[in-house]
Amino acid sequence: MSEGQGNEPVVTADGAPADEGGELLHGCPVTAPLGQRTVHTDPARYLALMEALYRDGFEACMGLTGVDYLTHPGRDLPEGARGERFEVVVELMSYSRRERLRVRCQVPAEAPHLPSLFDLWPGSEAHERETFDMFGIVFDDHPDLTRILMPEDWEGHPLRKDYATGHVPVQFKEVPK
Amino acid sequence: MTDRAGTGQRGAGGAVALNDLLKAKTSEGAQEMLARNESTVRELRSEAGGVLRLPEGVDLDAEDLNYEAPDDETMILNLGPSHPSTHGVLRVMVEIRGEQVLRTKPVIGYLHTGMEKTGEELMYQQGSTNVTRMDYLSPFFNEVAYCLSVEKLTGTEVPERAVWIRMLMCELNRISSHLLWLATNGADLGALNMLVYGWRERELLLTFFEKVTGLRMNHNYIRPGGVAADLPDGWRDDVEAICETVSRRMDEYDNLLTGQPILQARMDGVGALDATTAVGLGLTGPLLRSTGVSYDVRRDFPYLAYDEVDFDVIVGTGGDCWDRFAIRMNEIRESVKIVRQVAQAMPRGDYRVQDKKLTPPPRNRIDESMEALIHHFKLYTEGFRVAPGDAYVPVESPRGELGCYIVSDGTSRPYRLHVRGPSFTNLQALAPMARGGFIPDVIACISSIDPVLGDVDR
Repeated sequence: MSEGQGNEPVVTADGAPADEGGELLHGCPVTAPLGQRTVHTDPARYLALMEALYRDGFEACMGLTGVDYLTHPGRDLPEGARGERFEVVVELMSYSRRERLRVRCQVPAEAPHLPSLFDLWPGSEAHERETFDMFGIVFDDHPDLTRILMPEDWEGHPLRKDYATGHVPVQFKEVPK
Repeated sequence: MTDRAGTGQRGAGGAVALNDLLKAKTSEGAQEMLARNESTVRELRSEAGGVLRLPEGVDLDAEDLNYEAPDDETMILNLGPSHPSTHGVLRVMVEIRGEQVLRTKPVIGYLHTGMEKTGEELMYQQGSTNVTRMDYLSPFFNEVAYCLSVEKLTGTEVPERAVWIRMLMCELNRISSHLLWLATNGADLGALNMLVYGWRERELLLTFFEKVTGLRMNHNYIRPGGVAADLPDGWRDDVEAICETVSRRMDEYDNLLTGQPILQARMDGVGALDATTAVGLGLTGPLLRSTGVSYDVRRDFPYLAYDEVDFDVIVGTGGDCWDRFAIRMNEIRESVKIVRQVAQAMPRGDYRVQDKKLTPPPRNRIDESMEALIHHFKLYTEGFRVAPGDAYVPVESPRGELGCYIVSDGTSRPYRLHVRGPSFTNLQALAPMARGGFIPDVIACISSIDPVLGDVDR
């Protein structure tokens, strides 16, 4: 566990100079909507970015979840991030610096695969299972990727936008007396 | 990927086949804990059982790698889902060798009602009635986490009185939640009389909640823009009576529980965690603080007006059940301290923001003003629109960090509503806590995690 790293690394994983206040963190664009710092990435750079952030002193993964942008494709994304159908959102936390960071990773619908973060943060285990269960995003190399909230023989992934909630019809006229 | 899991696999490519199956049929895979010869090597090697596995090389001794142990030496025992010590419908599968616990796997989902999906269907002002039912022992925290995220997106500045009312209710709620924990923890560990006392004191608080919000639980009191109603007349006397009673009774509980050697023996050194494990697992709340990591959202990322009140963050050293017991006992006292300060400093003013787009107009205005009637009608039929974006504002619930991640697409309903429930994450600590202990220790561990299944399953 890296404790109390006061100074930021000045060079990112791919050798480009990091601009902490500006647009890039380890080669990935950074935004701060509503004052909350967010890094945008894609599956190809996801694991390298996460490993770099882990080395930067983000010791804890507070949460990981998915969003299905099927019916809301035109969201705000910075230069260099291409919107895909799914997004995996990770909340990172650095206890040594009292700092939070959100990572938003674009995941294409045709290949919903991401590497698992289990080896970096074992606490992401249940969250990845939940995201798999709810969105059908597969986390490669996850030790036990099974459904966690839904029954194991459930079909479909309920939090996808094309998964209808359905309804029970209310009968007003033909209620048996 | 698969080759690592396949290394040393008995029977060619069992793990590969499993992974292929997962990719081909996404709804496939057993949730239950499997027998040793059916589990993948990676699963066993990266420590014990289901929800929790530590990274390879961490906290692992040679004995743990003994995954060749024949099946007839171990037994898988089912605990729950209907078991008084599981605080709801938690099912725990425990692998034991003789008396010793090897692997533990919580199987959850029995209380899943799709509340995040429901949240996408409800308008923003209806949302708090949904989220309040998640962690049903600390409903105010759910509501405040939800409302802070919504207000972050709308950019609403809440009146000061509403902020302090929220703080008052939250801290009283922390007391009631911890009191219930004291009661059930006592019952789990054989101190049955505590069950009665804990519920008795909690009743005091629930009566006050009912007086303020109209309901004993699931209040729907904290809403985007403020709170639903002002505090009733005479609330100061009630709060003072609660503070006085609770702090007096806490001393009695110290006599009853803290000084009792049997109870101490059941908790001291049981379910010990170290700080590295706790941080790696993403634990928060008393579980994290018991390992010596001083982290409290109220102090480190102040929300509401917590930077204006004086309180201590209670931190343990041993990371065992005894520490967590002491932390919760003292957090009740700290909350009483905060409640007294809040009652003292309660500012005057409005209890909700007077924004016609966000909050309904006062009832008597509707009778005399056409505009007020229109605003009221529009608000309750169309709701209010929230600018596109995403926000996550964490709060410190009795169980740890609770936060609501909301994505807005510019309409009057959240596009995505995700709740980071502390119980869900903290439950991952069960396997390392229970490992190596006995079955009764598993009960003590579950109890000291204090999971609320409504929060775990949502």
